[in-house]
Amino acid sequence: MFRRLAAPALAALLALPLAAPAFADEAAITARKGQFQLFAFNLGILGSMAQGRVEYDAERAQMAADHLFNLTRTLNTGLWPEGSDNASATNTRALPVIWSNLEEFATRWDALGTGAEAMQAAAGTDLAALQGALGGLGAACQACHQSFRAP
Amino acid sequence: MRRLLRLLALLSLAGLAGFWLLTRPASLPASTLAALAAHPADAENGARIFWAAGCAGCHAAPDIAFNAPIEERLRLSGGRRLSSDFGSFIAPNVSMHPEAGIGAWTLEQFATAMLLGVAPDGRHYYPAFPYTTYLRARPGDIADLWAFWQSLPADATPDQPHELGFPFNLRRGLGLWKRLYLEPRHPTPPADDAQLARGRYLVEALAHCGECHSPRGALGGLQAGGWLSGAPNPSGQGRIPAIPHPRWSAEDIEAYLFSGFTPEFDVVGGSMADVVVQMAQLPAEDRAAIAAYLRALPPADAR
Repeated sequence: MFRRLAAPALAALLALPLAAPAFADEAAITARKGQFQLFAFNLGILGSMAQGRVEYDAERAQMAADHLFNLTRTLNTGLWPEGSDNASATNTRALPVIWSNLEEFATRWDALGTGAEAMQAAAGTDLAALQGALGGLGAACQACHQSFRAP
Repeated sequence: MRRLLRLLALLSLAGLAGFWLLTRPASLPASTLAALAAHPADAENGARIFWAAGCAGCHAAPDIAFNAPIEERLRLSGGRRLSSDFGSFIAPNVSMHPEAGIGAWTLEQFATAMLLGVAPDGRHYYPAFPYTTYLRARPGDIADLWAFWQSLPADATPDQPHELGFPFNLRRGLGLWKRLYLEPRHPTPPADDAQLARGRYLVEALAHCGECHSPRGALGGLQAGGWLSGAPNPSGQGRIPAIPHPRWSAEDIEAYLFSGFTPEFDVVGGSMADVVVQMAQLPAEDRAAIAAYLRALPPADAR
């Protein structure tokens, strides 16, 4: 139910015209980049095990996957004010097309949640399960980056 | 007055004749034709060349998901758009369809396209098709690639015209462009080490990394210096970075080309995502060779 409502609700929220001053946009950009760093930190724990750079540790993997899952739940629409794209601000690679295509953006955020859910179910089982779930999770990240982020 | 007009007419005729001669399409030398004919075709190596050369990156259908079954990238229907300062190029259908694609071509016609950028009817291809890189490929690899191509599906999707303004819509002028910018020599000196030599061949003759990652001049020719030192994004969004990243190890580069994960576990995006999907199809030793080659380059500001 949540999943079904989340995408349109997010789209509607993001579409609200926000007449926020530029410094607030800067803060929002910094904060949302922090959220992505948290994604990357937890993904890094899982990915370095999957790549064989670090030994598989079920407990650590599960913890990282739990955090990642929770992080993908908390989409703060305040972090994505209109006018915080890379055409208006210098410290972001977020493309303006996000705001002209909010429904698709929200759908892909949802897909990230699905990927994180699958990882949460797999990470603590064994290395092969973790490796199996990583592809889908990476693809969810990638799907958004391909369309919505500048190189 | 009459004499002056006659002189002017003669001069413009001479100019036209000169332009015609200078822009004539080239044909393959006898040595290349002999090498193509003598080569026993190996379709398995052809598949490896296919993924290394990134053919599907432009010629597969638009909007294929990152994790879509790889077979989807073997249907070379065309339709992807490549934006540039000169207009938009729409990749043509190069599937095995005899009319809509290139299914009726001969090996010689295929090699002429890959190595010279010349179509069977003698027209020049735009260098959006990176024959500027492929001209360094070995004829045997081109023959293998064509053998692999025979196994690919036919697709009837019709070509769409490029969207180019004057004078870039005049293909004949590309003959002059080729005289200025087609450079069969490699951008870096040969390597003694077998792995580095393989990496150099993959990057400089097939993977065409330099087509995006190296700076270009006003007419779109690659600049002599600054090999892989980064460039503005031709599509207008941001910059294509210098490679390799100064802090990435060879292992990091290999992992990135296989999985799309950076060492910080950021995930590849943009047009590089399609490159990674194709690089992931290569044997690990080829990705290792590319990584070793990149790592052995001098720092970006010293190239």
